[in-house]
Amino acid sequence: MINKIVSSPAEAVADIFDGALIMISGFGEAGSPIELIHALIDQGAKNLTIVSNNTGSGHVGLAALIEHKRVKKMICSFPRTANSTVFPDLYSKGEIELELVPQGTLAERIRAGGAGIPAFFTPSSVNTPLADGKELREFEGVPYVMEFGIKADFSLVKCEAADRYGNLIYNKTARNFGPIMCTAAETTIVQAKRLVELGDIDPECVVTPGIFVKKVVGVNNPADESQLIADERNYPWN
Amino acid sequence: MELNENNIGWSREEMAQKVALDIPDGAYVNLGIGMPELVADYVPEGREVIYHTENGLLGMGPVPEESEKDPELINAGKKHITAIKGACFFHHADSFTMIRGKHIDICVLGAFQVSVDGDIANWSTGKPGAIPAVGGAMDLVAGVKRIFVITQHNTKDGKSKIVNNCTYPLTGKGVVETIYTDLAIIDVKKDGLFVREMGPNVNFEYLQKHTEVPLIQ
Repeated sequence: MINKIVSSPAEAVADIFDGALIMISGFGEAGSPIELIHALIDQGAKNLTIVSNNTGSGHVGLAALIEHKRVKKMICSFPRTANSTVFPDLYSKGEIELELVPQGTLAERIRAGGAGIPAFFTPSSVNTPLADGKELREFEGVPYVMEFGIKADFSLVKCEAADRYGNLIYNKTARNFGPIMCTAAETTIVQAKRLVELGDIDPECVVTPGIFVKKVVGVNNPADESQLIADERNYPWN
Repeated sequence: MELNENNIGWSREEMAQKVALDIPDGAYVNLGIGMPELVADYVPEGREVIYHTENGLLGMGPVPEESEKDPELINAGKKHITAIKGACFFHHADSFTMIRGKHIDICVLGAFQVSVDGDIANWSTGKPGAIPAVGGAMDLVAGVKRIFVITQHNTKDGKSKIVNNCTYPLTGKGVVETIYTDLAIIDVKKDGLFVREMGPNVNFEYLQKHTEVPLIQ
């Protein structure tokens, strides 16, 4: 019997190890799996490389993980957003590494990693410092830069609803990097606002097929990051 | 004692049953066209296995009743199928993301030939004038974690399908883990072909006589 549902965020992240490469869904606060990230802070894994579009805001979620010095390197496209101070402070002190990747290249690198494609060519970043030292090749007279697929040890993803097979649907623009990150990790861990029965998600509408998901935990009332920041909350809770 | 050739070895259904026994609970499995499709009928009690068909379905169910057949719900062999509860549909590139991205646990394929090194030839006889057709076979052997082959031990004219070197064009090199034939179950390992089990009324001498390469008991 297949049942990917586990009972708590702590159980879901228990196997994450020091030095792991972890993809974390979200674009800004939309789709960020805050409860899984907080469970990871409690769990204690360190020396992590994190792939996520941003670096978190305030002192909760991804920003709190970084603030607790668990992250040695960020791979992202836009490491500062409103209320983002944790990463900029550490970066300016040279205490965290950054690999800056154009957003479309980041998405495609994740997609390629999940699809078993080790590298690909893109026009983005050609003739810029982000293409320095990378292989260039012309196709029909246009130069492209070679970029590598990324594979993760773990992905932490937030979704709207999940069944016991791990089939997922998302909510509005919280979908963003979730579906591709699910494909690119050895172990994909998902927090779902609703747990539903098999067949409740229309087979035509499943966004992430269950094959890409290892563990699902129900978090039916996920934190609202903006509200936490407005309330000046820190994790662990102040 | 002279054995009656008709009573030697497993039937097609028994071969499929043997394969099914080696598929663990919770596995994601792609079944090739033909004899591999029989495997789905023999999932042991208590196990849940999810079948992937590369034309865009995860959660392939049993063959439908005549009246339930839907021309837009077919498998890779273009046969009518059903979808189980919890199934999902997707486009072809996503389907091959599952295959090439090493997300499928097991693929069961038929074969023209399998070599001692686990090479498989199953898409072209290479005969002049023959029209080659590869479909998803090369993606499957390149991307699925474990490749099982189910095939008759010998061709209709008595030639060994297990060979030193495939003479037909390869589908993939060094990919086959286990060969399930009517005569035996054979594991492909670095130091040779190991006989794990023999069919009814098959002894090692008989098996070796019908196999081009040396087997290890």
